[in-house]
Amino acid sequence: MTATAKASSGTPAAPHGLTREQLLELYKWMRLTRTLEERLVNLYRQTKVVGGLFRSLGQEGCAVGSAFALERRDILSPLIRNLGSMLVKGATPVEVLRQYMAKADSMTRGRELNIHIGDLERGFVGQISHLGDMVPVMAGITLSFKMRNEARVGLVYVGDGATSTGAFHEGINFAAVQRCPLVVIVENNGYAYSTPTSKQTAARSFADKAIGYGVPGVRADGNDVLETYRVTKEAVARARGGEGVTLIELMTYRRKGHAEHDNQSYVPPGEIEQWAATNDPLDRYAKALTTVYAFPASALEAVDAQVQQEVDAATDLAEQSPAPGASEALVGVYGDPPVMPTLWYREGVGSAVEKNERAQGWGTFNG
Amino acid sequence: MAEVTYLEAIREGLFEEMERDPNVFCLGEDIGAYGGAFKVTDGLMQKFGERRVIDTPISEAAIVGAAAGAAHMGLRPVCEMQFIDFISCAYDMLTNYVATARYRAFLPTPMVVRGPSGGYVRGGPFHSQNPEAAFLHTPGLKIVYPATARDAKGLIKAAIRDDDCVLFFEHKYLYRRIKDTMPAGDHVVPIGKARVAREGRDLSIITYAATVWKALEAAEQLEKEEGLSVEVIDLRSLLPMDDEAIVATVKKTNRVLVVHEDTVTGGIAGEITARINELCFEWLDAPVRRVGAHDVPLPYAPQLEDFVLPQTSDIVRAARWISAY
Repeated sequence: MTATAKASSGTPAAPHGLTREQLLELYKWMRLTRTLEERLVNLYRQTKVVGGLFRSLGQEGCAVGSAFALERRDILSPLIRNLGSMLVKGATPVEVLRQYMAKADSMTRGRELNIHIGDLERGFVGQISHLGDMVPVMAGITLSFKMRNEARVGLVYVGDGATSTGAFHEGINFAAVQRCPLVVIVENNGYAYSTPTSKQTAARSFADKAIGYGVPGVRADGNDVLETYRVTKEAVARARGGEGVTLIELMTYRRKGHAEHDNQSYVPPGEIEQWAATNDPLDRYAKALTTVYAFPASALEAVDAQVQQEVDAATDLAEQSPAPGASEALVGVYGDPPVMPTLWYREGVGSAVEKNERAQGWGTFNG
Repeated sequence: MAEVTYLEAIREGLFEEMERDPNVFCLGEDIGAYGGAFKVTDGLMQKFGERRVIDTPISEAAIVGAAAGAAHMGLRPVCEMQFIDFISCAYDMLTNYVATARYRAFLPTPMVVRGPSGGYVRGGPFHSQNPEAAFLHTPGLKIVYPATARDAKGLIKAAIRDDDCVLFFEHKYLYRRIKDTMPAGDHVVPIGKARVAREGRDLSIITYAATVWKALEAAEQLEKEEGLSVEVIDLRSLLPMDDEAIVATVKKTNRVLVVHEDTVTGGIAGEITARINELCFEWLDAPVRRVGAHDVPLPYAPQLEDFVLPQTSDIVRAARWISAY
């Protein structure tokens, strides 16, 4: 079946074994990612996001298309620009907002920041900041699938920068040798913080690195959500069939800075605008839906409206959540003991911070 | 009952736990077909198969990282570092990923990282280390370092059953030099409890691992030569540390020497001294003093290694100083 084959009803059939409902669903996850991040920008500017904010603007197709190729029982480990993959896996906007806003009822109870959240039941594991570290961890999670003869698959995202770490190398090599059912996605967005890919590797492509591990390497257009879905689906099928690791390089572009504070002074003039104008994954997909797949514009507008409503409602809810109680900080470092002791000078003190202690006052004390 | 060596005791513990719990598995370099560089895992692959005794690439970060992932899924991995010196290659994975997993993500990570540690064996700078202090500073990890064959077995079993990551340091000097009978039945030594290795009234030596035996030797000599009654505390667990046992011995003898094989600066003896200062300063009749290795990388030549590492005569000398204070 080709992409434009007609279904019996007269509307074009969806490609790659997808249904037309699923085509619209892909659009919804991409739109939700973008709308939710735009809301986070507002909250960040209102200082309600108490830490840094990381965007995936222009990369939504990578996260959504790949995660959509997994089954419910599969587990993925996102990177900082894979919010979309977590939404696909069942993370909700209110959970993301509470996490960013450091609320007591956030998924990490205010212990971790941004999208460092996870839920094994829903199939996503929270990342840590040390790039590459999730590759060995996902090697272990998929090793457990293999050891228990479970037909489950793991997917781990890294960026172009993380491929330079030892953990990436050790993890993918370990998984390849053990034939773990693992898909490794290198999201090549051109920059690691300010460092361009040319200063990250001398390799011609990240997909080429697969040869060294004895696994297939594939390069695909990450801003084409359907193509991303297709190549990931193939890799997932290989993994589930016992054929081990696949390395996928998704070509995309990071249109925002490393984090919201980053002014991107290192980006050549016009580059961002060029990508925004000609290669935006949402624009491209919306166009494909309305032209190739004959969805009426109203169908997409309805999704947009529904997403907006969902994010509004989630914001209202998240704003009402309380901040964590200070002494909660001592709970749950170990299974046993369950609580760490309070230091002697904090005994009976409710909060460590006096009202007049302000971070912006640091270094300015003059007696 | 037959005596088993410290090394065999660890192996017995591994066998028993793998037999008891199908979720327990081992991974590391050369541990399967070859049975491990020191043969600690000898026979494990024959008994439990390649699936549960995994020979890995030379990738300490991947060994520990993969163990963490498997542990999240309900397995109980036991990682071998071929020499504990190589645990530094997995330092990031242990301190940043594993140690924080429960706290930040509510992911239990029941796993053990074990390996041959310590000097007195002419192993040079990279096959003799005692890196325990590097991990004492990491909330989320547990650390044990047995000195006896019984504790080696009882603590490896406790470590495997613990719901958090336990670093299990094995002293390679003790592997085949000490032996003991094993208690019958399911012998588990609780983590976090010290052991009184020798009762005494006049002075306490707080120590762990191989220097427990040097402290006992010194105590014997001090008793014979000056009639001093020396108590020796074998900490066994370093994290959590048995403050009660430390305070009890301070209150009993009022004079304390802290001994370890690791280098002095930044070593665990400093932490023990600080705890004594905070918990029972007024019970002291003399300053707490430390005996450890000189602050240099551990050299190879016997003349150099013996000079750098703490010896029985050093302990005797330091104990005399404290008792005369």
